[in-house]
Amino acid sequence: MVPELGNVALILAFGLSVILGTLPLIGAHRGNALWISLARPLTAGIFVFLSICLMILGYSFVTDDFTVSFVAQHSNTLLPLRYKITAVWGGHEGSFLFWTWMLAGWMLAVGVFSKAMPDDFVARVLGVMGLICTGYTLFMIATSNPFDRILPLAPTDGADLNSALQDFGFIIHPPALYMGYVGFSVVFAFAIAALLSGRLDAAWARWSRPWANVSWAILTLGIALGSWWAYYELGWGGWWAWDPVENPPMITWLLGTALIHSLAVTEKRGIFKSWTVLLAIMAFAASLLGTFITRSGLLTSVHAFATDPTRGVYILGFLAVIVGGSLLLFALRAPMMKSEFSFGPLSREVFLLANNIILVVASAAILLGTLYPMVYQAMSGGELISVGPPYFNLIFVPLMIILAVFLGIGAISRWKKTSSAFLLTQLLKVAVASVVLGVVLPLIITMQFSIGASITVALALWIASVMLKDLFGKVANKESAVAGLKSIPASYWGMQLGHFGFAVILTGAALTSIYSIEKSVLLQPGQSVELGDYEFRFMGTEPVRGPNYNATEASFEVFKGGAFQRELNPQKRFYVASGTPATEMAIDPGFFRDLFITLGDPRDGGAWSMTFYIKPFVRWIWLGCILMAMGGVIAVMDKRYRRFRVKQTAAQTTQAEPALQS
Amino acid sequence: MKPHRKKKLGIILFIASGLAVAIGLSLYALSNNIDLFFTPTQVMAGEVMDGQRIRIGGMVKDGSVEHDANSLAVSFITTDYSHDLTVHYDGILPDLFREGQSVVVEGALAGGVFTASRVLAKHDENYMSVEVKAAMDAAKAQRALSGEAGVGNGS
Repeated sequence: MVPELGNVALILAFGLSVILGTLPLIGAHRGNALWISLARPLTAGIFVFLSICLMILGYSFVTDDFTVSFVAQHSNTLLPLRYKITAVWGGHEGSFLFWTWMLAGWMLAVGVFSKAMPDDFVARVLGVMGLICTGYTLFMIATSNPFDRILPLAPTDGADLNSALQDFGFIIHPPALYMGYVGFSVVFAFAIAALLSGRLDAAWARWSRPWANVSWAILTLGIALGSWWAYYELGWGGWWAWDPVENPPMITWLLGTALIHSLAVTEKRGIFKSWTVLLAIMAFAASLLGTFITRSGLLTSVHAFATDPTRGVYILGFLAVIVGGSLLLFALRAPMMKSEFSFGPLSREVFLLANNIILVVASAAILLGTLYPMVYQAMSGGELISVGPPYFNLIFVPLMIILAVFLGIGAISRWKKTSSAFLLTQLLKVAVASVVLGVVLPLIITMQFSIGASITVALALWIASVMLKDLFGKVANKESAVAGLKSIPASYWGMQLGHFGFAVILTGAALTSIYSIEKSVLLQPGQSVELGDYEFRFMGTEPVRGPNYNATEASFEVFKGGAFQRELNPQKRFYVASGTPATEMAIDPGFFRDLFITLGDPRDGGAWSMTFYIKPFVRWIWLGCILMAMGGVIAVMDKRYRRFRVKQTAAQTTQAEPALQS
Repeated sequence: MKPHRKKKLGIILFIASGLAVAIGLSLYALSNNIDLFFTPTQVMAGEVMDGQRIRIGGMVKDGSVEHDANSLAVSFITTDYSHDLTVHYDGILPDLFREGQSVVVEGALAGGVFTASRVLAKHDENYMSVEVKAAMDAAKAQRALSGEAGVGNGS
């Protein structure tokens, strides 16, 4: 009975979405205040009904209601409670419901935090999001209803949640990723609303920026969490694999990064308008494409859900309608998006343009590599290929190097125009110092020359020292350092922190790729192996019991220079209900290096195969992501975004004189 | 031409040429970095050159996994039920690697011996990868064509 209520709530949410996607949009077009005023209550209604759906699905999991097909496939009576609850997003149907609920959550947030905007604009934004929500809820009802039952022959116990998902990472990675991903639909809705209403001005950019930055920051964290989880769960110490399902969030993230920079130009200088709108459309399209790739089963990947093709066709159709419609609207409105090109060849605008080109080219190259196997198969008559990490690294690494070089110059240059003499005096010494230290530092520490490490360290120092130089320059003109630091706006701090995070990621990613070492061996208890500065001694194994698995736990003693460091205990688990084995890594994390042991399989006489890894600087990747995300959020905590209670009349004035905003 | 138009044109040309170069380089990089996918039947028919990096998909033949007693060296047979191919690998097999289950191996052929650099088994054991399924279907279709009696069916 309870799951049927969920079904009813889902249908009601669909109905409200249809109304939200039509009446407020028509109302805003005709100036019908009543229809405009429907937007906020309808949004609240959709959120309430989708929340009910989610709670009912959670309730079905907690009460082990295996008559619900989705629950039967993804849970088990022995599954620990925290995984029963989070198993809601452990498969296609439930995760899509969760995804749609996230959209409703963002819609509600727009409804609440939009008091400064004119009502007709809010009605348009929510209306566009209502259309998206209509597509999602219809998709669920038509092809993937999480409340479908197996009646009358329900199984007595469930098939269990995929053992690789029974981990803390699964509790936090999908929510963060989905929230960031879905957040880009808000920015998309703002762009479409701006096209519909014809007000593409600095005010629109200022309203969009907080949403864009926050979505981007959450997406950054979501991707970082996924990378961290893959690192400690999948068992080969990899933190990024260019997997076909990892790539779409990366594409969305790159386009989103371009978008937040382009929005900054649009807000400050009133230019790049059409480009910003186009980026908003592309970022949202990339997020839909990610959905399509994950859920259509067309590409082989660790993430792919086992699926049926009708879902793929539906999502592809939805993608075509959304992107086609948006681009048509974009083309129709193009004439009104004229901007003046009033900036010199060495201005911050030009460097931000370079940033955008690099990021868009990088995302296009990743998209090409991701879709190429499908295209190749279609064109060659069924021949199968795969595109591996070498392709992606070959394209991505040089682009990021160029990006890092431009980042330093762009961050210190001025709007409109910067004199080349100024840039030269500011940057020449810094550049020389960075390059010299970049070559010398890795050489002294490792006693080996590595061109990759030198480039990495030089670039990281370049970004960091230009930043410090700019900061000192800002403070130097003030009477005291404290007064100087106080006068710096939050948006500046956010920008610098984000850029510093980028430098940290760059360093971590490159150095861990260059300096990681590993060794696979077969050891008898009592034997030991040396790797780098460390010695690992295998002390033997013993059986361990978990709530829904049996495991063999091995113990290792780690020595460095003969001194005992610590004990590490990797496990080999066997999940009872699903009959699947899983490897549980043992990791000794550290700021400068991680030690990492994974168990292979047992042999005669208590011997085991196993792999040892030493991964320098790997933590820096995720640390950098956290810094970057914080930067994104701090940047929009600037005073100018906090005017929630501006009166309606003031907003009208803004509309009349967009040119004065900056 | 008005000066601001000229500037606009300059910027557009700059972007367009940048994009063209980028796309050209991407396609070049792509052509050198794709791994073609083969079935054991195709490999046995001599369609693969020595040293070419390829992927092979099939089922792990029951009872074919042999571990070396003193090292990590392992060998197993992948099959599409028409032809068998022995794979040599030096390393730890993934958790979901099992006899009678589907597997994808990445590596190269040298003197008729296939050595894998990576062995991939599916995340979800009830689900066969697109590549392996295609390989099995192709082998099945060929068997049907050549009129052989149906052997075991993998899917």
